[in-house]
Amino acid sequence: MQTTAAEKIFVKGNEAVAMAALEAGCRCYFGYPITPQSDIPEYLSRELPGLGGEFIQAESEIGAINMLLGASATGVRAMTSSSGPGISLKQEGISYMAGSELPGVIIDIMRAGPGLGGIDASQADYFQATRGGGHGGYRIIVLAPASVQEIYDLTMLAFDLSDIYRMPAMVLADSVIGQMKESVTPNSRPKTVLPPKEWVVRGRAEGTPQNVVKSLYLGDGEMEAFHWKMQARYQELADKESRWEEVQTADAELIVTAFGSTSRIAKTAISMAREAGMKVGLMRPITLFPFPKKAYAAISERCKLFLDIELSTGQMIDDVRLSVARDAEVAFYGRPPGAGSLPTPEELFEQIKKNYQACS
Amino acid sequence: MRYDVFFAGYGGQGVLLAGNLLSYAAIHEGKNVSFFPAYGVEKRGGAAMCTVVFADGDTGSPVVGNPSVSVLLNQLSFDKYAAKVKQGGICIVNSSLVDTGGIDLPGIDVVLVPMNQIALEMGDVRMVNMVACGAYIEKSRALKSESLAAALKKALPERNHKLIPANLIAMEAGAQAARD
Repeated sequence: MQTTAAEKIFVKGNEAVAMAALEAGCRCYFGYPITPQSDIPEYLSRELPGLGGEFIQAESEIGAINMLLGASATGVRAMTSSSGPGISLKQEGISYMAGSELPGVIIDIMRAGPGLGGIDASQADYFQATRGGGHGGYRIIVLAPASVQEIYDLTMLAFDLSDIYRMPAMVLADSVIGQMKESVTPNSRPKTVLPPKEWVVRGRAEGTPQNVVKSLYLGDGEMEAFHWKMQARYQELADKESRWEEVQTADAELIVTAFGSTSRIAKTAISMAREAGMKVGLMRPITLFPFPKKAYAAISERCKLFLDIELSTGQMIDDVRLSVARDAEVAFYGRPPGAGSLPTPEELFEQIKKNYQACS
Repeated sequence: MRYDVFFAGYGGQGVLLAGNLLSYAAIHEGKNVSFFPAYGVEKRGGAAMCTVVFADGDTGSPVVGNPSVSVLLNQLSFDKYAAKVKQGGICIVNSSLVDTGGIDLPGIDVVLVPMNQIALEMGDVRMVNMVACGAYIEKSRALKSESLAAALKKALPERNHKLIPANLIAMEAGAQAARD
């Protein structure tokens, strides 16, 4: 998008999340502070009350996610945010929201783990995010931004997708994207046509019919029917909402695949490889659920070697392997998260070189 | 064109403000900017560093392994990061606090600027980051000094705008020292 310098603002990824949430019409936020995402509640605690919204610092992350459930049930746009340890605590509530077909946005600014871990960037909560995270066999929408501009835009998209598909949506980033400041164009809320929320529970004073929001299905076949309905919805999501970015993949003999912060580091490594005459491209999933399987399948018809790079010991690689053609090979380079383990472009360039030489 | 600069020192030297300032200056020139900070949990005295990348197009990686220019404000950051400067790159060193003795950096233009001393002569040691920014602009020629003047208005809170003229003088002194 071409803009003049005057229109751009210079903000942290976390601040961009908060600004985008307000632009998207979010008027309720519930959270509990944790590094590296506390700029989000800080910003909203300052701005929400003036907009007639509600900011609550909950007694815990469990309190916050259940407040989100309750607020969403009334039809308002609401959000919570946290990082590793807090996101783990929220899983029960996320499962109840999924079971109740409730929208709601959850921001996860990943930090190193397990346990308290550390405050440095991590991508090791990919499984937790994309496999549902809580009990019962459900999925949630997972969006993975790679820049401050994109975390702004995807936060707004998360609200729309969550409302359209009636399921929680997560923005999955890490402390690189959350803490980094970049020049951003504060785009306006997209003019998406949203389905009316006929299912809300707001009391019957407005003359609305009696609605029930619950995740308990005891009747014969009731639970099974719910699951089949959701499976169909996940398929619709995959068909309509899969998003990804391809860079220089047309002639590539090696395709690097990475999401979020790691994809940014990989982009510069790929430019270095191109300068050295190597035909290398990038495949970056933007939606992690739905994972852009068809795009990987298509790309692997023409390029047979992939290098998956993650800031973990390898999680997304499972989805990559399940998506590419059978005769495609998927190599891996990753480092466990923690202080000092963020790879540099120079380091990734060496990995590209090694794998590229092996294929040619 | 893509530029990158790495600033490091201890908390309290204004490393992050320097990075913010250069970022605002780059935005003023219509560039895309990535500012990536890293610092300890301490308010003062811990390690503080930041990387600023600016470009007409995509900024690419916010993380840089071998910076084109590094500005190192204390001994610890010099010992740790001086050798990481890219071949043909520039390493600007605060010689008031850093003893470079014994370290050989072939292929790197090492520029010694007594930043604390200059800042003190300007009236306040806290302007050490402004002296550093001036030296950076002079050696890298990556940004115009007018852009830094404009950036000061954005990077500093309104209550500190009265200090802008003094900061500009400190920057010019840093540039002068880097020239000599």
